[in-house]
Amino acid sequence: MAEKKPRIEDRIFDLDECMPRDRLTELQIDRLNRAIERARHVPFYADRLKNVGEIKSLDDVKRLPFTTKQDLRDGYPLDFMAIRRDEIARIHGSSGTTGQMTFVPYSRRDMDNWGNLCARFLSSGGLKPKMLVQVSFGYGLFTGGFGLHYGIERIGAAVIPAAAGNSERQLAILRDIQPDALVCTPGYALNLAEILQAEGITLPHLKVGFFGAEPWTDEMRARIEDELGLFATDNYGLSEVIGPGVSGECPWRHGMHINEDHFLVECLDPETLEPVKPGEKGEIVLTTLTKEGMPVIRYRTRDISNLNPEPCPCGRTGVRMGRVTGRSDDMLVIRGVNVYPTQIEEALLRIREAAPHYEIEVTRPGALDVATVRVEMLPGMFSASMKEMVALRDRIVQAISSITGIRMEVELVAPQTLQRFLGKARRVTDRRAKDEDKQ
Amino acid sequence: MKIHQIAIFMENKPGHLMGICRTLAGAGVSITTLSLADTQQYGILRLITESWEKARAVLDKAGYVVNITEVLAVEVVDKPGGLLQVLEIIGGGDINIEYMYAFTFRHGEKAVMVFRFNDPDKAIALLSNAGVKVLDGVTLFNGMN
Amino acid sequence: MKKDDNDRIFNPASATDYVPLPQLRGLQLERLKRTVMNAYHNQRQGLFKQRMAAADVKPDDIRCLEDIRRLPFSVKADLRETYPYGMFTAPQKDVVRLHASSGTTGKPIVVGYTKKDITVWSDAMIRAMSAAGLSSKDVIQVSYGYGLFTGGLGAHYGAETLGATVVPTSGGNTERQIMVMQDFGVTAICCTPSYFLHIAEKASEMGIDLRTLKLRAGVFGAEPWSEAMRHRIQGETGIKAYDIYGLSEIIGPGVAMECQEQSGLHVFEDYFYPEVIDPETMQPLPDGKEGELVLTTLAKEAIPMIRYRTRDITAIMPEQCACGRTIRRIRRIGRRSDDMMIIRGVNVYPSQIEAAILKIKGLMPHYEIVLTREGGLDNMEIRVEVTPELFDDRIRGVESLQKQIAYAVFSTVGIHAKVTFAESKSIARSEGKAKRIIDKRGI
Repeated sequence: MAEKKPRIEDRIFDLDECMPRDRLTELQIDRLNRAIERARHVPFYADRLKNVGEIKSLDDVKRLPFTTKQDLRDGYPLDFMAIRRDEIARIHGSSGTTGQMTFVPYSRRDMDNWGNLCARFLSSGGLKPKMLVQVSFGYGLFTGGFGLHYGIERIGAAVIPAAAGNSERQLAILRDIQPDALVCTPGYALNLAEILQAEGITLPHLKVGFFGAEPWTDEMRARIEDELGLFATDNYGLSEVIGPGVSGECPWRHGMHINEDHFLVECLDPETLEPVKPGEKGEIVLTTLTKEGMPVIRYRTRDISNLNPEPCPCGRTGVRMGRVTGRSDDMLVIRGVNVYPTQIEEALLRIREAAPHYEIEVTRPGALDVATVRVEMLPGMFSASMKEMVALRDRIVQAISSITGIRMEVELVAPQTLQRFLGKARRVTDRRAKDEDKQ
Repeated sequence: MKIHQIAIFMENKPGHLMGICRTLAGAGVSITTLSLADTQQYGILRLITESWEKARAVLDKAGYVVNITEVLAVEVVDKPGGLLQVLEIIGGGDINIEYMYAFTFRHGEKAVMVFRFNDPDKAIALLSNAGVKVLDGVTLFNGMN
Repeated sequence: MKKDDNDRIFNPASATDYVPLPQLRGLQLERLKRTVMNAYHNQRQGLFKQRMAAADVKPDDIRCLEDIRRLPFSVKADLRETYPYGMFTAPQKDVVRLHASSGTTGKPIVVGYTKKDITVWSDAMIRAMSAAGLSSKDVIQVSYGYGLFTGGLGAHYGAETLGATVVPTSGGNTERQIMVMQDFGVTAICCTPSYFLHIAEKASEMGIDLRTLKLRAGVFGAEPWSEAMRHRIQGETGIKAYDIYGLSEIIGPGVAMECQEQSGLHVFEDYFYPEVIDPETMQPLPDGKEGELVLTTLAKEAIPMIRYRTRDITAIMPEQCACGRTIRRIRRIGRRSDDMMIIRGVNVYPSQIEAAILKIKGLMPHYEIVLTREGGLDNMEIRVEVTPELFDDRIRGVESLQKQIAYAVFSTVGIHAKVTFAESKSIARSEGKAKRIIDKRGI
């Protein structure tokens, strides 16, 4: 690809981002050994690390055990915590319900590192001190809002914590306050762009945008940049590891630089768990090197991507990961929220003792994702009164929303009308990519 | 080929249907057939009457929320499979039925049903081609017995 | 009481709560002068300067605290009319945070903070939390909504600066809130009192007795609540329930807070100077007399507010508190002098609902708002008269109109309302200002 000069001035926030590879490796080995020591406070790891001696080279990583989402779930609520209770400064969590949720405790130093890591990608994406940033990510247990919030403060820019929802007010703020930067999911950015266009609002101040928390494409980026007139960068993170700040794009935008001084990254074949060749697709596996509150070792993210070790013209030495192109499990990301099909099942079980057959369809009719759940009626669910049928549907909508945190459309359909699959049920139809092609 | 239907919005409260009937009776409007769709909070009363314009005027005046919709009155052979025949024609044309209900009277040897389709013109064409009669207002009310 | 075993750690930040009165008054006068100067010279749109000129008052005329009475009032409409930045005095580059709250129409009002303002806010919150006996040892769950609303981030920064463990659950997903509370040994919660009642009800449904948990204190605010409700909360859950007061126009939560005596709210009056006036005559009332609370910020840089009319009805309590704090108390706020509703802690004006309804072509502004409370949660029902243009003979047509209205309301005020249709002319028309709110919550 021809490399033209980036449109945005590149400010390296932390010189550690440019650490020479050999020094980085040394630092990683040193930090990994200390991380392993910390992890030994966690019963799950104490057992599995019993026969692991000192790590002398990064090749030794192979000797370390993997950690899966299920392991973290089994350790609910705080079995993976490696600090004392009174050392916790903050607790965040991933989505999910009973038995599915994962809580992540942070020490004060973790909070400090997190702010720094977010400031790194914010700075490389063009955020400068004194700029005004609208953060339209949800705040709360979800790490998205807070990660960015503290990163922006670290840079010395001003925060408008618009959070998610209430589009009317978001729009009023955008129009009247004219922020310099926008943070949200890419789908929401496109949605805003459509409304702005319809209402004839222009945002001449908007210069940079940071979009994440759901998969997006280069075509979407081009549309967002074109319609909002800003420079858009991608960033990546997950709450089990820290939240946003694991990696982020530099202005050259050929992949997201992983903050390797804080996270050891591998890209493995999800079946064989052997490393794939550089540049090839595989599952991203992360080990935290500095995390105190909840260290994780070889955490299987289930995100499919690739790693590019080639040096980058920006000077950052962290290896670059490509966009996440898929998952090696059945998790869905709907409007930036992670949803597992089993959560729908749980919601239906609340309504009735036996869950009826159901399917989920995700579409993107405009800019925003719409999830529709079709539920086959079971004998006894039907009533001749519309009143009761509507009430039943509303109860299902409510149950799904209280478990997943998002509102889905619910359609009641006749028995035996949904397609059956042999073996593993394929309950999810994702039409978003197709919908986008149409636009 | 289409006939006029009066739809009336009603809150689900006792006595409301009575009020509507009283208004219509007072104006000498006779109801040919009707259907009531109910939800949790409100109902929609749909009725067919020969003097729909008068009915609309008195209901408007009495302060009801009324709208006029065009629906089709379709003859259905009154024997097993009669309705099926109509539905197969409709289904073959990929037309949706928004709702349907029946007349209380027969037209000759046939039963008559009210349909609201998402594409009434296409439905008329398909049904007529297949030899199913779609009645206009004059024929319908003349044939009442 | 088993749970009230806190060792009353004295937080040095609270020292100002106990300053001898002459010293406090001196500090207030000095800060008042500085605030008036700042507003007079730096307010971007110069509203304050114009009003001072109209009243023939100069900043130099402020020689003692009583002179505050010569200063002009400010009201919420000022923020709307100078929207967004007209009341700001700090240069843009010094503003590090913006929050917003409901205006009386669709337009929000915007408030800004300098770095020092955030420090002042966090400091007031530390003092508020300390007054309720909280310390760095506590695990504090913040169940206020985060975002432009000041409740969430205000409590969050306060708890963080206090050095406590913060669990930012934000609002919603009550079952998860309860799991978190149980599994992390949460000792204190910040939310609206009605939401806490909802949590309590949900917990008992789940078979969890809050009395057996570590939870011992609640910092409840953002909506009015009664002594009866406090008794219910304390009786049912075994925690101590404290009332906190604040408003975005002044700073957010942390303007005033109850101490462990639970008898009136101490105003952090070195930061926020309180007066009570007769809302009709606008004349100051003596301590002890009930009237409208008027607040002047004494340490705010980005937007100093002078004699801001809060519309909240209360009285300044003349006696000193048994806790030893010298800063004065106000009585708990029970009502307002305007038609603002507080629904699930969110401020909503009927005019906002009207603006949302009128966005839908063909709808008439004949509506009423019915407020009910079920299981501790406020529900808003909007009854709208359906018009022939919009009425559809298909149920799905009517349902889609319902959805459209609910969405318009949600996108304006941020609350999911239940929309129902009424027959034409069935909603009472009244002369003059329509009485469109039917509040059945019995607060």
